[in-house]
Amino acid sequence: MIELSGRSVCGGVTFGKISIFSRNGRTVKRTHIQSAEEEIGRFLSARDSAVSELEVLYEKARVEIGEAQAQIFAIHQMMLEDEDYNDSVKNIISAQMVNAETAVLATSDNFARMFSETEDAYMQERAADVKDVSDRVINILSGGGETKIVTEQTIIVADDLAPSETIQMDKEKILAFVMENGSSTSHTAILARSMNIPALIGTKGVLNPEFNGKAAAVDGYNGKIYIEPDEKTAEMLKKKKQEKELQRELLKKLKDKPTVTKRGRKINLYANIGTPEDLGSVLLNDAEGIGLFRSEFLYLKSDDFPSEDVQFQAYRRVAEAMGDKPVIIRTLDIGADKKIGYFNIAEEENPAMGMRAIRICLERPTIFKTQLRAILRASAFGNIMIMLPMITSVDEVERSKTLIDEVKSELENSGIPYNRSIEVGIMIETPAAAVISDLLAEKVDFFSIGTNDLTQYVLAMDRQNSGISAMLDTHHEAILRLIKTVVDNSHKKGIWTGICGELGADIELLPRFIELGIDELSVSPSRILEIRSAVRESE
Amino acid sequence: MKEFTYKICDELGIHARPAGLAVKEAGKFKSKITIYKDEKQADMKRLFAVMGLSVKQGDTVRVTIDGEDEEQALVSIEGFFRNNL
Repeated sequence: MIELSGRSVCGGVTFGKISIFSRNGRTVKRTHIQSAEEEIGRFLSARDSAVSELEVLYEKARVEIGEAQAQIFAIHQMMLEDEDYNDSVKNIISAQMVNAETAVLATSDNFARMFSETEDAYMQERAADVKDVSDRVINILSGGGETKIVTEQTIIVADDLAPSETIQMDKEKILAFVMENGSSTSHTAILARSMNIPALIGTKGVLNPEFNGKAAAVDGYNGKIYIEPDEKTAEMLKKKKQEKELQRELLKKLKDKPTVTKRGRKINLYANIGTPEDLGSVLLNDAEGIGLFRSEFLYLKSDDFPSEDVQFQAYRRVAEAMGDKPVIIRTLDIGADKKIGYFNIAEEENPAMGMRAIRICLERPTIFKTQLRAILRASAFGNIMIMLPMITSVDEVERSKTLIDEVKSELENSGIPYNRSIEVGIMIETPAAAVISDLLAEKVDFFSIGTNDLTQYVLAMDRQNSGISAMLDTHHEAILRLIKTVVDNSHKKGIWTGICGELGADIELLPRFIELGIDELSVSPSRILEIRSAVRESE
Repeated sequence: MKEFTYKICDELGIHARPAGLAVKEAGKFKSKITIYKDEKQADMKRLFAVMGLSVKQGDTVRVTIDGEDEEQALVSIEGFFRNNL
């Protein structure tokens, strides 16, 4: 057994034979020509054929892997139609009186070098794109010949693959990708993730002709490929594979299925996310919306207040990805355990009860209004709702809503689109808010109970104090009674109540929540299917 | 002539996809459209030239638009930057 390590860019376990991907290995011969005009004509007709081939690949990719991934083929077409590129090829042909193949190759090298010499890793990758489109033209010029087609199910081993090479492969026949080189932003990696098959990059030593046709196992969780694996290794990997398949089975069974109890009560099952990067997991696990989009990441990863545009981009990306499904953005919840230097908040004796969340926002409305503007602008691109954290009084809700109205009329006056009837809800995470939820229900469109903070405030127990963690009873009757109060008060006013704290994913309490009349649960994306399964088995 | 400046918010800067879209957008107009980053400049109708500027997140670019349809082009190109970059 030979064990090689690479970097995993997509998980999964698979067994199969290795197939080493070989290109046609065409070499370009430099020849002299008689008529530049004729040679330029040859180039242009080959270029046009290449563009139409790319058009076909774009369509194929769009259907197979989606518009976003297919875009690269549209860019490839534009590269071939770019004036600078064409001028360069034509100039080389006429100045040096050489064949079109040589001129395209030289142009390709020059443009590729422009990218590979940048300091930006992403741009360096684009050198491969230029070479790929140019190879296509050269291939057509020298009489075509199809790229090798994979015929049986195999593990594809290569140096790295160009998008045009991967898209021409029969996806049913690919078990895994193992690349000698490549990067996590390379097309092979992106494709593997969209196909959800194991893929390794930077696997030094794998591109060995001796391995061709040999049995191997790829472990995408550990970034390993085992060539001719021994029994013990194979056994271990089989077990891993089975576990994974069981989960996939669950997914197949529950994907696109409604989250309803046996009696037919619908629970809206949403996901909690911290950054737009969590979207992949949200979509994979079939969440019905985003119940809590923590906006703090924008502030935490920055050295200064994030601009309106930076925030707008992030919110818009999530809203667009979710389509018409709700995306509930919780406004800034800084303070307590989340400290940020540039906010310059004075040292506090008891930060959990200090200057945090909505208190900061109302104290410093400029910061708050920048965020509200970004959220409202993004609301034109999806189904966004606003959620205010740490509310303790009706006054705080009213003041926040006044600010929202101010921002709305600013946008109105500048003719910037936004959702005029955007819903505004609040977190119920202080005992005060729970107790006066009847009054708050008149002012907002929904409640979401933040059980983590609510628990620590109701029980007067610090959830970060490990000394008392054994005493902290998250199922305390006081909390459950408060939840009931909140749900009842919301329903009286015709609005809904959800839970977005950790308790929401507590399967043991699920029957109780259903009985209380909870309308929504927002949990971490990985728990979605498990909870859906449990709801569907409840009365 | 019209012009505007814009600070890039997109994490990857003007990478391949938005560069392609920007070139397409610029191609809709007759005006000469030029994008400037520091001392470098590029014709916004040329893909390699735009990608070659290697514009990154946080960079400020200046775009000038000169021609008969510059009014319309300004609205559309500036909108494109705001919405995509």
